[in-house]
Amino acid sequence: MSTSIRFSGLARILHWLMAVMILTMLFVGVFMATTTGPAYYTLLSLHRPLGIAILLLALVRLTNRLLVPPPSLPDTMPPLQKAAALGSHVLLYALMIAMPLIGWGMLSAGNYPVIMWGGFHLPPILPHNPVLFATLRHLHTWLAILLFATILLHLAAALLHALILRDSVWPSMVSFRRTERDLP
Amino acid sequence: MKMLPDDRPGEPGIVFRLAVVGAVPLVLGLAFIGAAGWFSPHRLTQSTLMNTFQAVDGLHPGFRRNHAKGMCVTGWFESSGQAMHLSRATLFGPVRSPVIGRFALAGGMPYQNDAPAKVRSMALRIMPPDGAEWRMGINDIPVFPVRNVSEFNTFTLATRPDPRTGKPDPARMGAFVTTHPETAQAIALIKSRPITSGFANDTYNSLDSFLFVSPNGTTTPVRWAMVPEQARQQSEPRPDETHDGRDYLFTDLIAALARAPLRWHLMITPAEPGDPVADPALPWPSSRPQIDAGVLTLNAAESEDGGPCTNFTYDPLVLPSGITPSDDPIPAARSAAYARSLTLRSGEHKPPGAITPAMIRPGEKT
Ligand code: HEM
Ligand code: HEM
Repeated sequence: MSTSIRFSGLARILHWLMAVMILTMLFVGVFMATTTGPAYYTLLSLHRPLGIAILLLALVRLTNRLLVPPPSLPDTMPPLQKAAALGSHVLLYALMIAMPLIGWGMLSAGNYPVIMWGGFHLPPILPHNPVLFATLRHLHTWLAILLFATILLHLAAALLHALILRDSVWPSMVSFRRTERDLP
Repeated sequence: MKMLPDDRPGEPGIVFRLAVVGAVPLVLGLAFIGAAGWFSPHRLTQSTLMNTFQAVDGLHPGFRRNHAKGMCVTGWFESSGQAMHLSRATLFGPVRSPVIGRFALAGGMPYQNDAPAKVRSMALRIMPPDGAEWRMGINDIPVFPVRNVSEFNTFTLATRPDPRTGKPDPARMGAFVTTHPETAQAIALIKSRPITSGFANDTYNSLDSFLFVSPNGTTTPVRWAMVPEQARQQSEPRPDETHDGRDYLFTDLIAALARAPLRWHLMITPAEPGDPVADPALPWPSSRPQIDAGVLTLNAAESEDGGPCTNFTYDPLVLPSGITPSDDPIPAARSAAYARSLTLRSGEHKPPGAITPAMIRPGEKT
């Protein structure tokens, strides 16, 4: 933990960029999996590269998080709440790395080319195997629901800090204004 | 435990602020299940189509939900170079692309008896060395009976067996056809198609239209057909009631492949202005010039059980760079449905199919 009161600039930019990307992926995902209209192809063609972009950004973000310590949670928070906050953050990191890997892995197992754009494909990362394909396809759905539920809790907790507790948590990620207290 | 901060003067009270904390996630949650179709019971989804196939053909775990009775074949595609100006897909260039194919009968019954007039299909996975593969599933009828997926669903449901007679109810089909004149016309064309003696001398049509993208980016709507080199023979009546005959289309194909490789020409038809690209129920004028894009050679048969054509799907939207979807709405629906069918069957235990390895082995070349 550090004494800074805000997340680093890179952390804040990645947080909000990826929030938009991941929510887009979740909405695109559940819509395309229940449509047989022309949007199915368009959305799936977007879903694959956007998901891989999330994987790459998540790796940058994890490295940044390990190198640049985040601001500590306020002392006013009981230990159990702090543990819940940390646990949910670990889960969010795990899922934003696992979801794209499962997407990529299931297409590999299902013997689909993993098309990014035009002629650019990713290589398969798993052997062709029908049971593996079916398992990963279902896992992709269930973990997406878990990811969405975790995001909703995360959002509710953030709003609680912003509107009710009014502590340092909300500005530590939301504020983009430069203040003297950013300086070491 | 710390006390909650007091309300600040001029700001909404604690109750309102608590309501916001709950309402924002709630609205987002409702939007999510809305996107997943919970508030649109009439949305035609992948599950709707799977339920339709099950209502018509019954449930056959492990098998494809449509075109369930089939057999794998292998060979290669050799381009003539003549389609290179229309599409930059590398398989049209000077390469030889291995092929994994599948011949099948339309319908979801994996043990149905072969009969001359049943719709036959050829599915191909053409795999040029650079990995830009092209998958297709093509049928031996001249046009598709319907224009879009919602009509497909209603039409297919109309063919479901009546529980009392075990046969489709002609009144149901009649009602659909009267309200869909384009289906009536399409069925007339389908019924009057020449029926050949088997898979080997049959012509298979894309029915759907796609866009070919040329090296300089020009797009051309196209349809195509696989036209056999094998002489066309009219079908002679066959006793398909006898046990020997129930798989005759497949056993004939196995025998033919054991004798010699079979060849088809990939004939591409570019559209001309005004041709109905978005409507697979309408034929294009037969006077359209065709381009002979290359030769498909098939030289070996394998059972679906343990064969190379089972553990993936011939998704018509697995396309190489140089081929893209057109305004035809059917391929996207097929892509979505084939993915769901693959997911279902991949998670199920598959009993042996009708065309077993033992039926093929005696005829196989070594
Ligand atoms: C953060 C990353 C990702 C998220 C949040 C995500 C989310 C989703 C969701 C919510 C669904 C719908 C599941 C259902 O309702 O059954 C879905 C389906 C799917 N996703 Fe992802 N996904 C991600 C990454 C990927 C990647 C990287 C790929 C492939 C490279 C991929 C390929 C697919 C495919 C093929 C489907 C199924 C389409 C179908 O069943 O027809 N996903 N995804
Ligand atoms: C909306 C309309 C259609 C639906 C819902 C549909 C559905 C299906 C399904 C679920 C399968 C099984 C896929 C698998 O498990 O791998 C299948 C197979 C097949 N379909 Fe369609 N289909 C449609 C239209 C067409 C059209 C227009 C054609 C021909 C041009 C076609 C040709 C084929 C062929 C050849 C196969 C067998 C592929 C193989 O041998 O594995 N289908 N269809």
